[in-house]
Order: sequence, then C-alpha cells, then structure tokens
Amino acid sequence: MEINRYLLSILVDNEPGVLSRIVGLFSGRGFNIDSLSVAKTTDPNVSVITMVTYCDIHIIEQIKKQLHKLINVITVNDLTEKKYVERQLALIKVHAKTEKRAEIMRIVDIFRSKIVDVGHAHFTIEISGDSGKIEAFTSLMQPMGIVEIASTGAIALGRENGKK
Amino acid sequence: MKLTGAQILVQMIKSQGVDTIFGYPGGATIDIHDELDRHDDLRHILVRHEQGAVHAADAYARAHKTVGVALVTSGPGATNTVTGIASAHSDSIPMVVFTGQVPTGLIGNDAFQEVDIVGITRPCTKHNYLVKDPKKLACTIQEAFHIAQSGRPGPVLVDLPKDIIQAQIEFNMPEPTRMRSYKPNYKPNKKQMSKAVEMLKSARRPVMLGGGGIISSQASEEFTKIAKLANIPVTGTLMGLGSYPGSDDNWLGMLGMHGTYRANMSIGHSDLILAAGVRFDDRVTGNIEKFAPQAQIIQIDIDPTSIHKNIEVHCPIVGDCKMALADILDLMEKESPADFQQDREAWLDRINEWKQTTPLKYDQGYDTIKPQYVVEKLYEVTEGKAIVSTEVGQNQMWAAQYYHFDEPNHFITSGGLGVMGFGLPAAIGAKAARPDKLVVNIAGDGSIQMNIQELMTAIASDLDVKIVILNNRFLGMVRQWQELFYDKAYASTDLEKAPDFVKLAEAYGAKGFKCDDPANVTETLKTGLNTPGTVIMEFIVEREESVYPMVPAGGAITDMLLV
Ligand SMILES: Cc1ncc(C[n+]2csc(CCOP(=O)(O)OP(=O)(O)O)c2C)c(N)n1
Repeated sequence: MEINRYLLSILVDNEPGVLSRIVGLFSGRGFNIDSLSVAKTTDPNVSVITMVTYCDIHIIEQIKKQLHKLINVITVNDLTEKKYVERQLALIKVHAKTEKRAEIMRIVDIFRSKIVDVGHAHFTIEISGDSGKIEAFTSLMQPMGIVEIASTGAIALGRENGKK
Repeated sequence: MKLTGAQILVQMIKSQGVDTIFGYPGGATIDIHDELDRHDDLRHILVRHEQGAVHAADAYARAHKTVGVALVTSGPGATNTVTGIASAHSDSIPMVVFTGQVPTGLIGNDAFQEVDIVGITRPCTKHNYLVKDPKKLACTIQEAFHIAQSGRPGPVLVDLPKDIIQAQIEFNMPEPTRMRSYKPNYKPNKKQMSKAVEMLKSARRPVMLGGGGIISSQASEEFTKIAKLANIPVTGTLMGLGSYPGSDDNWLGMLGMHGTYRANMSIGHSDLILAAGVRFDDRVTGNIEKFAPQAQIIQIDIDPTSIHKNIEVHCPIVGDCKMALADILDLMEKESPADFQQDREAWLDRINEWKQTTPLKYDQGYDTIKPQYVVEKLYEVTEGKAIVSTEVGQNQMWAAQYYHFDEPNHFITSGGLGVMGFGLPAAIGAKAARPDKLVVNIAGDGSIQMNIQELMTAIASDLDVKIVILNNRFLGMVRQWQELFYDKAYASTDLEKAPDFVKLAEAYGAKGFKCDDPANVTETLKTGLNTPGTVIMEFIVEREESVYPMVPAGGAITDMLLV
C-alpha cells in the first residue's frame, strides 16, 4: 500500500507519563514517529502533541484509533485531511568560506531565512517553514558543507476554512 | 472526617460492591492489611504468590461479573503481578491492582524494594496511576474502578506510596467520575444496525460468531435470541464459550486452530458472519487472506481498534454488544422470521453433513485413558453445570472441545496470553465469587506445577476447588508441535520426573485420587467431586495424544489436520 505523510495534532491531559504512553504505543505496535513536538496550550491542563508519521492508510487508521484509546488522549486531529499551516524551525551551521559567503547570503535571502550567528569559519542560519522548504534549503546548503543541524519537529494548526 | 489513606482505600473498594480481594503483604502495605483486618465485610484472601492473587482476581471478576481486586507490596510483590495483569489485559477483564510503593520522597532513588511498576505495566494495563497527592487518592481509586469496568474492560493499576497510605486526610466520597479524555461510546449507530438487518435478510449461508465481548457485556440472551429467530448456526471463540448454549443443535463448537471441523468449514463457506465481541485473533482466523473468502462481515465491538485491525469488515458497529444486539433483535422482530431464513434448510443440511462426516473424535480403548474421555465424563458427571477453569495447553483445548458450556461466565481460561499456572488460582477466585458452585480446574501436569502453591490458599481459605490433572508426563501441547513439525524431537518437553500428586495433595492437607484405568474414570470423578474440601484427581492419560482437528499456524482454517 501507498505510504503517505500524516500530520496529527493530539490534545492530551497535561500529566506526567503521557508522552511515554504515546511513545510506548508507537514502539510497542511497530508504528514509526518521524517527528514529535510537545507544547502547552491556553488550557494549563492540556498539552498539544504534533506528530508526523509515514505509513499507509490502513496503519494511520489504527494509529488514530489506538491513540484515541489512550485514557489521557482527549482528541486526535488528522490535519492531513484538512487545510493547515505547518511550520518547522531549523538552525543550520554551514562552513562560510570567503568565496562562498555571498552565495550563502543570497540563498538565505531568497528563502527569507536569517543568519543568526557569524564567525570566521561558520554561519548559523535560522530557517522556518514547512518540511519541503527546509529540505530544499538544506539541499542547497549541502555543497557549502553543513556542520550541524538542529531542528524542531513540525507544528501545525488547521486553517480557518479547514475543509479540503 | 479525617481518615488515613489505608482507610480511604478500604472505603472506596467497598463502595464498588466488591466483597473479596486477593493479596499478599509487605513492608509497603502493612498499614492496608492492618486496616483490612478490621472489616469483616471485605474479605482478604491471602494467596501464596502474587501471581496467584491477580489470576484469582481475574476469575473473581469473570464469575462475579464485577471488578476483581488484588493488593500487593512494592518491588517484587509488584513485579510478580505482571503476568496476571498482562493476561487480564489480553482477555479484557475488569480488574484493579493496588501495589505498595516506597514513600514519595524516596521514589527515583533506587530505594529498597522500589520498582517503577507504573512504567513496567504501562503497555499491559488499560491505564495506571501513581498517587502522589493524598488529596487525590479517593478520586483516583474511583477513576480506576470506572476505567476498569467501562468501555472495553481491562486491568488498571494504582501505585500507592507508603506515605500516602499513612497520611491523614479529610475524606468525602468523590463525585461520580467524569473525564474529558475518556468517554467510551456505548450507543451503536442506527443506520449501521438497519444495514446489518438487511444483510441478515439477504444472507443464505449465515453464521454467528460470539466472543468474550458477549460475556463481558452480558449479551448472551440477545445473541441467542437472534440466532433462534433467524435459525442461524453459531460458533464462538475460546473466550466466547458459553455465550450460546453449548448443548444446542445449532451450536457448531469452537472456531479456530483447534475448532471443530464444521465450525471452521461453516465460516469458510458462509456468505455472512455476524461477529460480536471478537477481535479476530490469529488463533481464530488462521491465514487472513483465506479467512471466510465469500463472507460479508458484520462486526459489533465496543473498541474501535478491534475493527478493521486484522480483517476487513463490511458493516462495522461500534458500541456495546448488548445494546447493539438488542436493537438488531428489535428491528428483526418487526418483520417476519421467514424473511431471515431463506434457503436455511440447505445450509443447515450442509453443515450437518460436515458434522456427520467429521465430528470431534477419539478412540477410548480398554488400556489407556484418553484425556478427552476424562473431560467428557466430567461433563456428564457434573451435568455441565460446573464452573471450569483451565490451565494452558492441550488440557485447555480438550476442555473447550468436550465440556459444553450452556451459560456464560462458566468457562474461565487465559485466552489471549495463554498463561500456564492460571487455572488453579483462577478456580480459587471463581469459588470466592460463587461459593454455591462446583468449581473444577482442568489441568495439565506441567501447568499445575506453575502455581501449585495456591493449593494452600484454597485449603486455608476454605475455597474448595476440584483439580483434574490430565497427566501425560509431557508439556503436551509443545510436544504435539514437536511431533508434527519437528520430527518428533521431544526436546525439553519430557516431564516423566514428576511429583506424586496424591502425596502432594495430602502434604497440603487436600485429598488426592489417582486413576489409570479407563474403567474407573467415572468412579474416580464421582468420588473426587463428592469428597468435601479441595481435591486433586490425577488421571494417567495416553502420553502422546494430540489435539485434533488442528490448523497448522498460518494455514487456512478450512485446511485442517484431522485425526
Ligand atoms: C507461562 C508459560 N510458559 C510456557 C508456555 C508455553 N506452553 C504452552 S502449552 C505448554 C505445555 C503445557 O503442558 P501441560 O501443562 O502439561 O499441559 P498439556 O498440554 O500437556 O495438556 C507450554 C510449555 C505457556 N503457555 N505459558
């Protein structure tokens, strides 16, 4: 079956051990987690987990149902069924050789990203966007020589006119 | 009013209509046992191993139709419960396990007898808790009971640090539990049920399949009425035995790996399956690709994850089995029964032919006792009325095949996990729940040695259980696989060196009887069952008898090895 990328937004009770229940569910049942981000919501008793997973349609159905079955999970929202905005933040440290500096700065400009740290040997660039944009940017930086990357998982919200 | 944590715990357990708990003390739980001693209306059964406490609580829940409760100490007491909890989880049995824990201030410090039991049991409980705030004790306990018995039932563990148990707290009975993140859906969808009724009408070769969900939602009556109204033959999973009367003509016998030939053939040739409270486990479906290839499937289950997990279903109905079956029955009763029985004669004739040509069978000669014969005679002598618990292996399958359960809550077995050592403590738990009943444990000589210490519990607590050991001097079920698939290389399955079970019974203060002659089987059973107190009846049976029919693992269920 065809493998797709799914983005789930999961509201959970803000309690110790909840993340471990979710991660345990994935490892115990052989589901994969591509990225995961946990944050507070406006309600202090509730946290939101945004998760990206690659699987087929049969598995995503099980994932959603199994997540919902966990006692501490309040709702499971499959954003991929809807219109949504997605962002990820990455910090990328690249070699900044004299002859490449201008080109790096030009690409940074085009991607509307920012150089947040400048040294003799390296630039550190901050970029945000959906995963496609970040992948595109990293692949352009590859030839410059990437030293290190730190990246958040995806976060996302449904759009106001949420139907697809 | 100020109460200690221990007092609150006892109050809360009593408020749940539970009259018996099974436990074993330790440093972390002395206060609780001390408190329990003051309450005559909450009996504490002192087991001899914590695993026994959990299996007993499991069986108590099944026989009493309430929640089973076990209480153990921290560390090793807690880890000893894991097998029992995992078994109850597999079988969806409502249970609350209370474990002692080191004081909150020591948690995380590798204190003496500290284990992270909440972490250990996370994947094998329905939910679990560590109580860190005495003020939350009462409502956590209430929540635990609520979760254990609502929706798809299951075990819940509550870890109780010693300082919480000793704290003095203002106590008020908590409000009924309301949780925003847990609201099981009982109400089935109306449209789906109308669809199911239409499907039942157009079916020509229907079969009904009942599972443990029918037993836990107490839906046997509705299930049976539907089968009668539409004259549909019925099969069941191991967990579903007793959901439909086993002595009825339309009962096909159990389905699956060791199901009857006609049950498997009926499912294999059916055009419609009405499945209720089943999860299509691999022991039932065999090769999924070849499972019921011509059938439309209606599946009723309270747990949405059970639907479309292993098998594609044409009419899923998420909700309580009892409610769904009652509604379907209502809809059916509005129409003429004949509409639901078209071409039924032809279908029943065909099934009858499978029964005639290929019944369950064995040959009882004059020399050696056949284990099947013992179970058959036990059925006759007890008139099918006993509560039967089993161990795991061949004994379990023969019990399922040859003891025909007419009522739910009478067959108590470790189905999903298949835990050897389950049967004896389970018999004790069932007897505690139903003192009016004869309770028999059908055992293998291997399994009975796994929790044999519980013999003392039965005797010390006056919970009379009758144990029938089918002694083949082998780990029989494994030996059977070795015979069939490993060239008869009986590695590590020979149990020739064994205790003298009669003397063993006597050492504990029970009675023991031994029988090795087919002519004396009935007599031994009668004597043993009529002897007061706990009794072991040991039957020396054919060593290399196998359970047939059998579907080799991964095969189609219609491809059976016959005797
Ligand atoms: C705790 C546990 N360990 C191992 C097994 C694997 N196992 C399944 S059946 C079986 C043999 C059981 O032998 P016995 O109790 O003598 O029963 P029989 O099959 O001979 O009736 C074994 C070892 C198991 N189910 N449970």
